[in-house]
Order: sequence, then structure tokens, then C-alpha cells
Amino acid sequence: MSLTDALDVRAGEPAHLVLRRASVLDPVAGIDSVYDVVVRDGQIATLAGPGEADTDGAEVVEAEGLHAFPAFFDPHVHLRTPGHEHKEDVETGTRAAAAGGYCGILAMANTEPPVSTAADVTALREQAQAGASVPVGFLATVTKGMRGEKLTEMVELREAGAVGFSDDGLPIVDAGVMRRALQYQRLCGGNIALHEEDPALSREGAMHEGPVSAALGIAGIPSVSESTMVARDAALAGYEGARIHVQHLSAAESVEVVRAAKAAGVQISAEASPHHLCLTDEEVRGLDPHCSKMNPPLREERDRQALIEGLRDGTVECIATDHAPHQPEEKDVPFEQAAMGVTGLETAFAALHTELVLSGTIDLALLVERLAGGAAPFDLERPTLAPGSEANVALCDLGAEWTVGEDGYESRSANSWCAGKTLTGRVLMTVAAGQVAYRLRSFSLGVAA
Amino acid sequence: MKHLLSIEQLSRAEIEAILDRAESFAEVGRRDIKKVPTLRGRTVVSLFYESSTRTSSSFDLAAKRLSADLVSVKAAGSSVDKGESLKDTVATLSAYDPAAIVIRHPYAGAAQMVSGWTSAAVVNAGDGKHEHPSQALLDVYTLRRRLGSLEGARIWIVGDVLHSRVARSNLIAFGRMGAEVTVCGPPTLIPRGIEELGCEVSYSLDGIGEADVVYALRMQKERMSESFVPSLREYAANFQIDTRRLNPRQLLMHPGPVNRGVELSGEAIDSPQSLITEQVAAGLVVRMAILYELLAGSEGQTPAGEGEAGKPTPIGTPA
Repeated sequence: MSLTDALDVRAGEPAHLVLRRASVLDPVAGIDSVYDVVVRDGQIATLAGPGEADTDGAEVVEAEGLHAFPAFFDPHVHLRTPGHEHKEDVETGTRAAAAGGYCGILAMANTEPPVSTAADVTALREQAQAGASVPVGFLATVTKGMRGEKLTEMVELREAGAVGFSDDGLPIVDAGVMRRALQYQRLCGGNIALHEEDPALSREGAMHEGPVSAALGIAGIPSVSESTMVARDAALAGYEGARIHVQHLSAAESVEVVRAAKAAGVQISAEASPHHLCLTDEEVRGLDPHCSKMNPPLREERDRQALIEGLRDGTVECIATDHAPHQPEEKDVPFEQAAMGVTGLETAFAALHTELVLSGTIDLALLVERLAGGAAPFDLERPTLAPGSEANVALCDLGAEWTVGEDGYESRSANSWCAGKTLTGRVLMTVAAGQVAYRLRSFSLGVAA
Repeated sequence: MKHLLSIEQLSRAEIEAILDRAESFAEVGRRDIKKVPTLRGRTVVSLFYESSTRTSSSFDLAAKRLSADLVSVKAAGSSVDKGESLKDTVATLSAYDPAAIVIRHPYAGAAQMVSGWTSAAVVNAGDGKHEHPSQALLDVYTLRRRLGSLEGARIWIVGDVLHSRVARSNLIAFGRMGAEVTVCGPPTLIPRGIEELGCEVSYSLDGIGEADVVYALRMQKERMSESFVPSLREYAANFQIDTRRLNPRQLLMHPGPVNRGVELSGEAIDSPQSLITEQVAAGLVVRMAILYELLAGSEGQTPAGEGEAGKPTPIGTPA
């Protein structure tokens, strides 16, 4: 399904634009050249030769030296609505997404109350239709109230428009309940996204278990608390012929399990977050919870390298931010007491471009491919720049340096793991679902006379 | 040195400077009037979020012996009970313009965070299971007086290393002073990766004969209910330091309070090789030395004022 059919967005003016002389890169569609990108009535009308497009009254953006990518898709965002609108809501969260070059996001269901009924889904969809800058899909919880005991009315939730299911924030501890959900998926459809953690192993842990936690005296969350649950659920999905999506992979052992499950034919997909791809538990040594406290925790260099290798070989098909807004009073406390989670929508591309592409670790095409890889696991069309498709474009200046947080955030919360860092590469403009969703304020557009 | 937040932050020279200062205060303690005017007119706040006898009383007495005005706040019975955040409590107490805040808190990094919220010098009197630098300094002081130098000394730290801030600070401090450290205890109570702090790991007392110093840690009763060890009886059978396991040339230390008959036998505690009461006495002079070094140690230099958070500021005479 196309993003606009399956997801909800505020209706607006269809874009009518020419991105003149943009370096266009859509690795999946095999596009990698300089074109005039013509967007008409919200569609990619043509990719014309550089300087050759008929502007025809369209707004012209002088994009020479800039890059046009298929806009990104984030399957893992916390919009905190309902219940924690002081941290984020549909409007601010989707503005943050647009500023990060995203043309679609999926919102997690661990709100207060959790999204467990058709009425909850309907109410959120109405909010998105009224105020979402980019298309949003809503997941519903797998179990009622995320208590891990009884399944939600998954058929009715799907009929109300739930894109899939997740108890994200909490694992489904009971293997029997997990198995029932996988069986029931044959009836209701929809992927099941899983937060994999065995609480008997993670206990009161607040960071990765290893030499750094030993040095800091902070209880550790061992890698095996994640990898054993991934292995359990991969085995259950294989047995039931069901489909699962593993969220925020963090440990090398988990990557190995997913790789083996894929090789064995299990329908399993996986995501990794920008912070797990860029940072390790060495960050925690500073004991500053603003940038280094999240669940799953930042792990060791070998884990980070395993995630990168997973991106390369496709074991990890997508990058998901796990954008988790929190207010300062939840972070201005000692590390162990601080809330888990960091924001990431506005910085994902720039951070990964700076840390992984400019360092030569991965190439730009792979990054662009993985940043949009989160749509397919949820049966959504991958954003593309192929002529004839809905316009979903991220226009980026790969040379722009900026300091994160200097000009504030679109998000209502400021707990960015990149706060204060200088990054290279910036999203200047985002077209989502055929509408201009974002323009960087200082980015002046040349309009044809 | 603007704050004392960890042993990790201290060089060997800085450790030695504090210990040398403590030696000079030992002399003060032998006078009839055991008080010096160094910190007259200045305020020290002691803020304890966890119960403590030794550390809080010796910091309080150290401040008084230096003639400072002392404000002692215990979390129980204060506005902390009413839900005030650490940040707000520190802002409130900072309004009294203290020269130093001595803080104990149940979570790692608390003292460091506080140092970003106040212009006072901050002394970490224990943060979670992370560090307890004043304990490590007094232990090094005690050993230095006995051994002359820790260079090449073999020190075994025995017991619940996992939950011990004393173990972490001491193994760093002992190592920095040139000692070779082994941590020993049941595998469930030795944190994974601890050897990267520069120590050996042993899961039995078999090799304890090589130690010059045996440093026993407190074994907390609640560890049994959490199944870290099957029973106190089995723990004691395998890890208790008694006079049979201790040879007469070995020194015995413990940070207190001791569980008699658990980590240490009664005879071991009372034996002449036990330094436990010397440690307590050292606590006072070392804590005087810490306050002195932070608040008066480099008089005549730039006055410490509104130092930027996190940046070390030269010590001087705060207003």
C-alpha cells in the first residue's frame, strides 16, 4: 500500500516544484545522476536533464550541489500521545520527522493509556488527519494494556487502521502469549514488532554489562537478555509460519540470531537505531543520562561493528530512530534514576552521514537505502524517486555543518543524543506524501519569475 | 582540584598531596585544643541521602575542627521526603553560599551532577556503587603509615565486589600507588569485566597466602534473598577471613561496619594485625585534608568563583 493510503496526514496543497540540477540518488530504483526533479501535483512527474525542465509556473529550487534522496521512513517513533503530550504530540513529533527528512513514521503504542482499543486508534488517526506534517501509522499493543497477559482485539484494531502491533517498551515475557499472538496473526495480519528483553536477565540494569558497568558500579543489562529473546521469538515465528520485526537490535549475538533465522527461512526483519550504530557504552563513562541512557543500552564496539555488518549484508534492513522524547526533569537526575530514551528524528541522517559515511564505514547509497527500509516490513511502499510515484523527497546539503540544538528543536523535547555535537549534512527540505512538509528556515528558495 | 568526585580523577601526586596534608593534621589531633582556624567563616554542607555513621560523623567533625560552619542535612526528615528533586535541593542549599557540599547518594554520578549545579566544591562521600574516594584515601593513608609505601604490595580485596563502591575506589587507588590488587569473591559477586580496571580476579581464597594486605568487604544480608550466594553459612565457609586463613605477617582491613562472624571472624577483627580502628582514626584527618585541599589548598591563586560546570577551577578563597 502507498503511504497515503495506509497512513494519515493533514491534507494540504500538492507540491509543484522543480529541484534544478539536484544530485539524485535512489539506490533501489537504480537512479544516481544529476537531474531536474519535476514534482507536479504531488507526483514525481519526470527526472529531466539538468537545466532542461520546463518550470511551468512551478517553484524552482536551485539544487546544484544538493542531494535529492527518497525521503526516509521510520518504523519506530514515540509520539507520547495520549497521556504524555508534554513530551511530544502528533503535531510536534511529525514536524520533527519532517525536519529529519522523513516522509512517514510509525508511532508506538506504549502511551497512557496504551493504544489497545479500536477507539484509541480512531482517535489518533483523527489527530493525524488534523495535524500531522508527514504520514503517520499507529501500532496497537499486542496485549491488553501491555500487561503481557491477554491479546487485544487484533482483528478489530486492524479494521480500525492499526498498521501492526507492538508492546514496545516492554517485552512479551510469556512465550505462550507470544505464540498465541503469532497464531492469531494469520487471521488479523499486520506485522508484530518486538522489544526483545528478558527481564529476569536485565533486572534493575541501567546500562550494558561489561567493563564499563564494572568500572561505574552500575548494574548491567547483559547482551544475552536481548539475544535469548530474539532466538526464542525467531523459533516461535518459524514454527508458526508467522512474521515478526525485531526492534532496536543492540547486541552482536542478536544480529547473529537474526542472520541465522533469515537463512533458515523465518519471516523476520530487524532495525537498528542511529545511536547504537554510532555510540558505545564508553559514552556512559561521563554519567550524563541525557545522551547515553536508553533501553536497549549502548553496547560495546564489537556490537556496534556487528550492527554495521548487519546493515551491509541486509540482516538489518532498516534504521529506526526509537525517537523517545523526555522532559528535562526526567533526565536532570543521576544516571540510574533517569528515564530511558533519546530523541533522534531530526538528527538521524546527519549523525549517520557524519559518523558512518564520512568516516568511510558505509557508503551513502547504503545509508539512503536503509533509512527508507522501514516501510517494507509493514507492507508499505518504499519511498522512491522513480517517475510516476508519489513525491517523497529529502533534499540534503551534504556539506552543511550545524550544531545540534543551537536553533532549538521541532520536537517538544530536547533530549537528543546529538545535542551540542557538530554534524555534517543537513536536510533542507522534505516533501512527504506529495506535500512540502518542511523547509529549513534559513534555506532560501529561488522562485522562477 | 576543584571537587573530589572520584579516585579515577586523581593522579598519584594528587593522592600523595592529600595524604601529606593529613599527616600534618594528625599532629593537630594530639593537641589539647584540636581545632585550627583555617575555614573560619565558611560553610560546609553535608547532604546524606543514605544512612552513614563513620563517613558523615567524620566529615562533620573534620569541618568543625577546621572551624567551618556546618549544615548537616539527612534525606530522611527533610524536604527530600516531600519529593524535592536533587537539583532543587542543591539549589536551595547553594543559596547559603557554602564553600563545600559533601554528598552521599544512592546512585552513581550524583556528586558529579551536583558539581554542575553549584559553585561550591563538591566532595563525593559515596555515589551508589560507583566510588567512595574519601574511604580509599583513608585506606591508602593507613597503609602508607604501616608500610611506608604501597609500591609492590600485594593487596587482596575479598567479598561482595559487585555491590561495593569501596572496592572500586580502593582498587583504583591501590593500583595508582603501585600495589598489585586481586579481587576475590564468589563469581556471582564479581562484576564481569572488572579485570579491565587493572586487577587480578580469584574465585577462591586458596592463593591468599601471597597477600600482604587482606581487605575484607561488608557482606550485606539482603544479597542472600537475591540468590547471589546460597547462604551466609556457605559464604562464610568459603570466604570468611579468620585467624586460620590469615598469617601473622598479613595486615587486615575492613571499611566497616563489620558483620562479625560473616566476612570476618571475631578473632580476626580483634587481632593485632587488624587495622580497622586505625582506619577510623585516619578517616578524620584524611577528611580534614580533603576539605583543606579543596578550600584552602592553593591560597593566593585566582579566587574560585562562578566556575563553568565541569571545568576545573583554581582553588582560592571563595567569597
